[in-house]
Amino acid sequence: MLSVLPKHEVHYLDEIDNYNFTEKQSAKLGKIMGYGSQRIAEDGTTVSDLCVFGMNYLFKKDLLDKESIGAVVLCTQSPDYFLPATSNVISGRLALGQDVISMDINQGCAGFEVGLMQAFMLLNTGSIDKVVLLNADVLSKKVSLKDRNSRPLVGDGATITIIENSTDDEEIDMFIKMDGSSALSLQIPAGGFKLPSTPQTGVLTEDESGNFRSLDHLIMKGDEVFNFVQTKVPEMIQEMFDTLKIDKSYFDYYLFHQPNKFMLEKLAQKMKIPYEKMPNNISQKYGNGSSITVPLNVCENIGEKALNNSYKVCFGGFGVGLTWSIIKWKLEKLDFCEIINY
Amino acid sequence: MKEKVITILTEIRPEFDFNTETDGFVSKGMLDSFDIISIVSDIEESFNIAIDGAQILPENFDSIQALVDLINKSNS
Repeated sequence: MLSVLPKHEVHYLDEIDNYNFTEKQSAKLGKIMGYGSQRIAEDGTTVSDLCVFGMNYLFKKDLLDKESIGAVVLCTQSPDYFLPATSNVISGRLALGQDVISMDINQGCAGFEVGLMQAFMLLNTGSIDKVVLLNADVLSKKVSLKDRNSRPLVGDGATITIIENSTDDEEIDMFIKMDGSSALSLQIPAGGFKLPSTPQTGVLTEDESGNFRSLDHLIMKGDEVFNFVQTKVPEMIQEMFDTLKIDKSYFDYYLFHQPNKFMLEKLAQKMKIPYEKMPNNISQKYGNGSSITVPLNVCENIGEKALNNSYKVCFGGFGVGLTWSIIKWKLEKLDFCEIINY
Repeated sequence: MKEKVITILTEIRPEFDFNTETDGFVSKGMLDSFDIISIVSDIEESFNIAIDGAQILPENFDSIQALVDLINKSNS
């Protein structure tokens, strides 16, 4: 696994003057939510830039043989273009062979798990031995600087996960659910074919809480999303325990998507999972980078140890869609696991 | 308990008099979702309890009585 993060860092406290709230209110909220630093891509930096940079790093370090790649799966919500698929652009920029299948998946905070599902299916075809799963977003470009609901949370970056079949016969179990009836709880209203961007969709308006954003920006119904996570994720974990006849002590780590400190603390509390088994430092340190947070969590929190040890991990993601997913995985020793700056 | 709740609410939203305005906090737009998070944090600290994340619903923060009920439920 490799994480690629933009060098550019912003700090919540430096931006609180942008928000329509008192400094005291914003500072208090920042403490509760764990707002700290975020990695934000410079203007003009795209998802393909971050992915190509990371892939070239792997080639240069002899960590990945270009000829061994059978498929490239990119999970992003901020593609370079409407069309073609950004994975095709990446394949082209890397001069990958014509036998390499590439495809994009539009998923957010559960995108690591959904991407893994796709990677496993490709490996199961028998004709592909190695899948490159790219998770990448530069979603900060679609978040209003004056939106205290979303701006302090967002982060940009990419992760690269190389997946291949192993000789270990340990099963990987995956649970994924989606609720399209709540699809618009997290959305960017304008910019697609339903509502093309116009000068009017770019006009900032104030919501009832004092945030300013336009229809071109990300809109999150925070209370709905929060309640969905607190209700659905513990239910799914319990379903996994019941189905697989295991309990919470089975796992060495719960490596979950990290939207903010408060939400993850509440999840850990509800499921009675010790904080040391569920790291909660990614959103504070790097921001919430959608589908990159789980693999970044691995690199940041167990990266070095995972080079020499095998761990039973529970991956969990939840967000746009709405989508929620968990994976039970005995993670074998990793060949590489690091974080680099772009 | 009610007095403590009023003190917490007043600290977060000093522009309202929670002695006279005792309900409709969320439905009338006096509190937003981020105020609710601050209230959860303050209540947990003041009453030494943990509020279940699934109970963080607008209706449980809409009145003084709803908040008192939430605290009692979280305490049991």
